[in-house]
Amino acid sequence: MEFAELIKTPRADNVILHRPFYLAVEGTLCLTGHHLIFSSRRQDNAEELWLLHSNIDSIEKRFVGSLGTIIIKCKDLRIIQLDIPGMEECLNIASSIEALSTLDSVTLMYPFFYRPMFEIIEDGWRSFLPDQEFELLSSVTDEWRLSCINKEFSVCPSYPPVVIVPKSIDDEALRKVAMFRHGSRFPVLSYYHKKNGMVMMRSSQPLTGTNGRRCKEDEKLINATLRPGKRGYIIDTRSLNVAQQARAKGGGFEQEAHYPQWRRIHKCIERFNILQESLIKLVEACNDQSHNMDRWLSKLEASNWLTHIKEILTAACLAAQCIDREGASVLVHGTEGTDSTLQVTSLAQIILDPRCRTIRGFESLVVREWLQAGHPFQQRCAQSAYSNSKQKWEAPVFLLFLDCVWQILRQFPCSFEFNEQFLIMLFEHAYASQFGTFLGNNENERSKLKLLQKTMSLWSWVNRSEELSKFQNPLFEANSLVIWPSVAPQSLQLWEGIFLRWNRPSKFLDEAHEEMISIIKYNKELQAKVNALRRQLAEMETDERMQENL
Amino acid sequence: MEHITTPKVENVKLLDRYTNRKAANGTLYLTATHLIYVDASAEVRKETWILHHHIATVEKLPLTTAGYPLLIHCKNFHVAHFVIGQERDCHEVYTSLLKLSQPVKPEELYAFSYNPKMSKENREIGWKLIDLKVDYQRMGIPNDYWEITDVNKDYEVCNTYPPEIVVPRAAHKAVVIGSSRFRSRGRIPVLSYLYKENNAAICRCSQPLSGFSARCLEDEQMLQAIREANPGSPFMYVVDTRPKLNAMANRAAGKGYENEDNYDNIRFKFIGIENIHVMRNSLQKLLEVCEMKSPSMSDFLTGLENSGWLRHIKAVMDAGVFLAKAVKDEKASVLVHCSDGWDRTAQVCSLASLLLDPFYRTFKGFMVLIEKEWIAMGHKFSHRCSHLDGDPKEVSPVFTQFVECVWQLMQQFPCAFEFNERFLLEIHDHVYSCQFGNFLGTCHKEREDLKIFEKTHSLWPFLLQKRQELRNPLYRGFTAYKELQPNTLPFSFQFWCGMYNRFDKGMHPKQRVLDHLLSCMSQKMKLEDNASELENKLPFLDGPLPSEACSLSKVGNAASKTPMLNTPQDYGGEPPPVLSNGASAGAIDVMSGVDRKHKENPPHHQDLRDHNDTIAVLDSEAKDGKPQHH
Repeated sequence: MEFAELIKTPRADNVILHRPFYLAVEGTLCLTGHHLIFSSRRQDNAEELWLLHSNIDSIEKRFVGSLGTIIIKCKDLRIIQLDIPGMEECLNIASSIEALSTLDSVTLMYPFFYRPMFEIIEDGWRSFLPDQEFELLSSVTDEWRLSCINKEFSVCPSYPPVVIVPKSIDDEALRKVAMFRHGSRFPVLSYYHKKNGMVMMRSSQPLTGTNGRRCKEDEKLINATLRPGKRGYIIDTRSLNVAQQARAKGGGFEQEAHYPQWRRIHKCIERFNILQESLIKLVEACNDQSHNMDRWLSKLEASNWLTHIKEILTAACLAAQCIDREGASVLVHGTEGTDSTLQVTSLAQIILDPRCRTIRGFESLVVREWLQAGHPFQQRCAQSAYSNSKQKWEAPVFLLFLDCVWQILRQFPCSFEFNEQFLIMLFEHAYASQFGTFLGNNENERSKLKLLQKTMSLWSWVNRSEELSKFQNPLFEANSLVIWPSVAPQSLQLWEGIFLRWNRPSKFLDEAHEEMISIIKYNKELQAKVNALRRQLAEMETDERMQENL
Repeated sequence: MEHITTPKVENVKLLDRYTNRKAANGTLYLTATHLIYVDASAEVRKETWILHHHIATVEKLPLTTAGYPLLIHCKNFHVAHFVIGQERDCHEVYTSLLKLSQPVKPEELYAFSYNPKMSKENREIGWKLIDLKVDYQRMGIPNDYWEITDVNKDYEVCNTYPPEIVVPRAAHKAVVIGSSRFRSRGRIPVLSYLYKENNAAICRCSQPLSGFSARCLEDEQMLQAIREANPGSPFMYVVDTRPKLNAMANRAAGKGYENEDNYDNIRFKFIGIENIHVMRNSLQKLLEVCEMKSPSMSDFLTGLENSGWLRHIKAVMDAGVFLAKAVKDEKASVLVHCSDGWDRTAQVCSLASLLLDPFYRTFKGFMVLIEKEWIAMGHKFSHRCSHLDGDPKEVSPVFTQFVECVWQLMQQFPCAFEFNERFLLEIHDHVYSCQFGNFLGTCHKEREDLKIFEKTHSLWPFLLQKRQELRNPLYRGFTAYKELQPNTLPFSFQFWCGMYNRFDKGMHPKQRVLDHLLSCMSQKMKLEDNASELENKLPFLDGPLPSEACSLSKVGNAASKTPMLNTPQDYGGEPPPVLSNGASAGAIDVMSGVDRKHKENPPHHQDLRDHNDTIAVLDSEAKDGKPQHH
């Protein structure tokens, strides 16, 4: 298919662009296969706006006489308005945008066409390989092994080719366990807590069904992670009620009788359309500037967004607490083990593991616990807050995770190597990107799409010093401790950087940030100067002494 | 001291409000000024100090298995839940605290016994630190249109105004006197702030005694004189900060609001800020929300909404913004009043000044602003803060709301204020502490009668001494921002956890950017000294050092490391995860966490009210001049 077929009017002049807090600008609008480009004609203040079609969540058109107006709502939550003279041009452009922003084939997406303009120093596709991760693990424990059982994605379609499992469990047993777990997602290692050797595993629900099926190999597998005489915790991310109902559909949960060494705790983390509805309501509340205070607070409450944040954080803290404070191993799962499970396991690692609070460590966490673990990004991030389609599989699961990280970052502003902008960047790229990283729903799909060969990795771009400097937190001081966030409602806030980003000017907050950077930078320079002076003085004194000795 | 029958009670528990952690066990002492609780169960001595004047309510709760509970709510939003072993002890502490926290005579207030061992001269200089005349000079007053008059020197015009007031030059004494008879309690229109750039002025007064039809020629002349003092504008605003319905109801009592037909070229406007009773109830509801035990997000947000608190804060802010815009953008003078002109009027005028003039965003300027718009103009601190045993219906968090509006502005303009959040909290503490004379009484005349200036100390020099820890490291200086135009959409207002849950440390960020930057600032001074000292020792050095030759050392940052007091909360909800030994999670580590804090983290605030301070602080407080009570 040629994109040209979809573009009847590639260019329109005298278009007026409206954005909140900016003066309207007149300019030329161009449509390409992947971008909407607006460039102002004004010589003094030439500016360009490049918008990926895949970033467009929905469009609306209106006509007043022959003047058409297109309102474009983006997945990054921004809303812009274009006034286009000429009804035909406007209709053409609107239908092109509609078609180009909803291409159904992944291989037509921009990452397959994008040619980087920067020099690739490190290929991001190879930055975070499972073998490296396992090597790190092997240096502290020999109780685990790397299994290639899923090499051809033959055992579990949503797992990566290699996974880490207890050494005492062979591949044959794994195959049996896979039959007993939803979507074949058998328990695998998620995190090893060096401090006390406790581990966190994740899986999907066991397929116990109504007649209480059991699987000896499954029991053996998870028991293999327990120390003699010790108990473990199973954190089920569903309420007991939901877990019980799952039995009717063949799912279920671990029965006490068959897992006597495990204590099950149910936490209720919402899924799918409930989360998507929550996001839609929240963004609607944030965008409506006509609300009075009562209406705003009641809409904020009714969106339940912060409730979800609190629930997810609480479950993650609980998992971390079981591991660090109670010295117990933990297994986390919900139904499929691809959403709330990953929120809990990845947040628990941020709480427990200082490495995850560095830039590379966090990237590695996203790769391990989200991309390789098979979070279906393509389905979940197909649409954002302005979605009309209301598809069951769309849900802001990853955004909720990033929001939770932001909440922890806000409570521990000196313990993270990255800043808020880093999290915002990841949000943007998860929904629309020139890079292939977040395409596909799992490693299996990515390998079929040949993303490694055909697209660029987000990490190749981010991990260059020019880009990294934007994402560094000037307050960072490595903190080797476990960080326990507060989950009290008073401690959790609306993430303004995402939800109010386009609704208010950020000048004064940006200036504060610059000021902070310059204070810290000045101190560092000063320290360097003092050190250099000291050295120089010491050298001089040595010289003098030598001369005296002569 | 006659109120203290039991100065010391042992085996008293102090409960933690939010967790099921093991309660502290220790000794409770009553001194003439403070309740002091010393936690003996911790390895390191841990103290909780509560100033008697800060106590708002003391309640005896029903007997529990642990003993007799005593619940203390403080005006600075500290809540302490003690459990005392013996009923007799509990009752005696209870009755003592009731009396100690509600003094009847002004002489019993702390300020009259507070003795920081300061010389008489220094004490007097302290009172002269803030001179309102200097501020009027800064505005260019006296000038062709405005003068400082002593017409009220014997409080004949208005006994709740200061002796010197600023009125239009054109308003002769007869006009002033005439107008005063037409204004509630004689509170005539006087100047609050003159915006020098365009001569537009903010003036303030009380409601007119207009009833349904009364008018007063002198009052009309007074308003005309104010309008004409701003020749650039053909009209002036008259702003009634009350809801219209309230103002109309006042007409039946012979009071009310200005009739546009009777005054030349005024534009009359209501801005519905609710009265002191609504605000008191709103705060009460807010505090109930803050005190809920493990509320859900919905409980909290619904409670926050139902309290109406942020709605009121927004109303005050909107009014301040309206005034500032009228003055700056429309170049029009504004006359503001409410009923008596000492609550809402004070909030709105001071907020508008703060928005218009960067001076008021400095340490000194903010002190001037409070002295001018609140203290001098007769905000009844004594009644609103219930310094003495009095009418509970007179109590209202009017000043707290103003302080919160300033905090909300600080969130939007992080570089525009010379001071930080702690400065606001310090002032808020001392408005209630009665440790300094500034906020005693209800008006200037009363403070003179109480001999405040002879017998007590001023708060301001004390705060200036602590300016290093109260400053805002991000402040960009006086000239960086002129007028502020805050966003007043509802989402721009945040719940102020640092005020209303201030003593619930577990809810606050465990690392504070402010602390980090403050330590950078002090480190910077040290480094600059080091650098110049070293440069002096290197006589042959010419020119600056090439910076690339310097290796970036991490040494410097070690000093600024903020130790964390960080333990898990009760994340389990119900049922909590059970430890192998049966205790609830985190119980053991709480104590060790506290220990760590006390070893690593010397208290930042050397402040008698900080409930975590150690005994070492006591000594330094004594050196600072605070008396020790035994």
